[in-house]
Amino acid sequence: MPRVGWLRVPLIVTYAFLYLPIAVLVVMSFNASKTPFTWTGFSTRWYGELFSNELIREGFVNTMIVAIGATVLATILGTLLAIGVARYFRSSIVEAYSLAPAIIPDLALAIGLLALFGLLGVTLSLVSVLLSHVVFGMAFVAAVVIARLGQTDASLEEASRDLGAGAVTTFARITLPSLAPAIVAGALLVFTLSLDEFVVAYFTDGPNTPTLPIVIYSMVRFGVTPEINALAALLLLVSFTIVLSAQRITRLTDAV
Amino acid sequence: MTSLLRIDHVSKAYGSTQALDDVSIDIRPNEFFALLGPSGCGKTTLLRSIAGFEDPDAGSITVTDASGGQTDLLVLPPNRRPVNLMFQSYALFPHMNVRRNVAYGLEREGLSKDEIAARVDEVLATVGLADRAKARPAQLSGGQRQRVALARAIVKRPRLLLLDEPLSALDRKVRAEMQLELKRLQHEVGITFVVVTHDQEEAMSMADRIAVMHHGRVQQIDDPVTLYSRPANVFVADFIGSGTLIPGIAEGAGLSALGRVLPCHAPAPVAGPAVVMLRPESTHLTSIDDASRLLDGTVVETHFYGGSTITSVRVSGLQPPVVVRTAGAPRHSVGEQVGISWAPADAVLLAADDGTLAADPGAAV
Repeated sequence: MPRVGWLRVPLIVTYAFLYLPIAVLVVMSFNASKTPFTWTGFSTRWYGELFSNELIREGFVNTMIVAIGATVLATILGTLLAIGVARYFRSSIVEAYSLAPAIIPDLALAIGLLALFGLLGVTLSLVSVLLSHVVFGMAFVAAVVIARLGQTDASLEEASRDLGAGAVTTFARITLPSLAPAIVAGALLVFTLSLDEFVVAYFTDGPNTPTLPIVIYSMVRFGVTPEINALAALLLLVSFTIVLSAQRITRLTDAV
Repeated sequence: MTSLLRIDHVSKAYGSTQALDDVSIDIRPNEFFALLGPSGCGKTTLLRSIAGFEDPDAGSITVTDASGGQTDLLVLPPNRRPVNLMFQSYALFPHMNVRRNVAYGLEREGLSKDEIAARVDEVLATVGLADRAKARPAQLSGGQRQRVALARAIVKRPRLLLLDEPLSALDRKVRAEMQLELKRLQHEVGITFVVVTHDQEEAMSMADRIAVMHHGRVQQIDDPVTLYSRPANVFVADFIGSGTLIPGIAEGAGLSALGRVLPCHAPAPVAGPAVVMLRPESTHLTSIDDASRLLDGTVVETHFYGGSTITSVRVSGLQPPVVVRTAGAPRHSVGEQVGISWAPADAVLLAADDGTLAADPGAAV
């Protein structure tokens, strides 16, 4: 059958539209020039300056604290939520509401959290950002794990019981391992989301502990510097790596 | 004979649906027992009640243990019952290889590593999978998976092995092989098997005794031959094997139908609306003027199956044709007038229990 060449045009155009900004960003991060709009030669100078920038280093540490903490908490709570929803409350309404924080606008979530922290008298700090990220992170983990639970054969747990295992052994040896790929994928997702989350962090963070996205935002207000390009390129690299490995993990297990 | 498993007046309802209605069955030691019935008849609910995954509303299920004592199963959680269930889906643990799947149940008993290894090796050899011990379930064929599931259950040496539709996930050819294999294994390991199936041929060919279930009730418990030749009621007669049911009114030792009295055999006294059941191989074709003929009809169809021929004969006044199986090639052509006869002992008279099969006597020719 002859291939219709022009059918590929929309594909190429769409891909260009998707990736041109990213390509520009990565290329310009290696630009020797100080002005971000003219190319004067290749240089890794901005990556070097990035690491000596105190503000960025601090922001990076804050972000890592939030991302790792939120990932751990959201993964545990989200998994428990998923098992509870899928195995004990077979109700689509309960399920839908458990996933809502993943879908509702960030702005609404951020304002709601800010109001809640205010009511409770919580001082805004990295802890409040972390807790806020747990809220939507949990919903993402739950969504992935619920999908997995729907695919796993419920008779696996019955078989384990039948073979003499108690409820705890069955959970540890059968339920958890069969959910592991989904749990890992969910955790990586939360980590990526938390890493560059801006809106919720901006509302719920304390003034002295800015996360990396907030640092970037405050720097960009005075113009995009090549340093920012380098930083964004690095963030991109981290996100891509994590998303790809999450995809790979889920695909590997679907093959089983 | 003392029973190994006693199911005593067990009932279970889901809302308004009576899944099990006063079911009592005694299963003997070393028996290959089948629970047979159409889907929704309650056989799987009964099996899951024995395993511990359903809680009956009433009745008791007890097992005779090795020392002769009685164990009440219903008070025990599934993991403490001396029975094992082979799941319809096999439920093999996908993240464990064959060896670890089989060892799982023994590890739960806290046995020593050496003993576990020895027993796993032994059972894998029994089911012929010693060389696949390192494989994951996903790498096995359907028949191999079924054998892993079986090995995983029998390695526990249960008093009773429950098998839920053990062959339904296999294709036709493998199924026939595994039927023989299951029978051989049951004999070899000496464990009582209780199989749930909707496939009557499967039940007939494997089981020592069969309980036919319908609407949550046990219709008949008998060996396959008795079930086939002496069904206890119209449901069993219709469900097991093929044949012709002629409705009428019981009259002494016969059935008044089609304007005459048909000779038959009544295993139990029957009065009023009744049905006579004719099996294809015990029904004979005669010439139209043969004096021994009991019914007259016209051949409407013949099917040659190699070794035998199925002839369908339309009898005036009967809705479905009478089906006759004869050895060899067809001897009658379509449209031919023939007589039909049978030995009275081969025709079973049964009460028409639900009225749907009983004829209006006025319609008889």
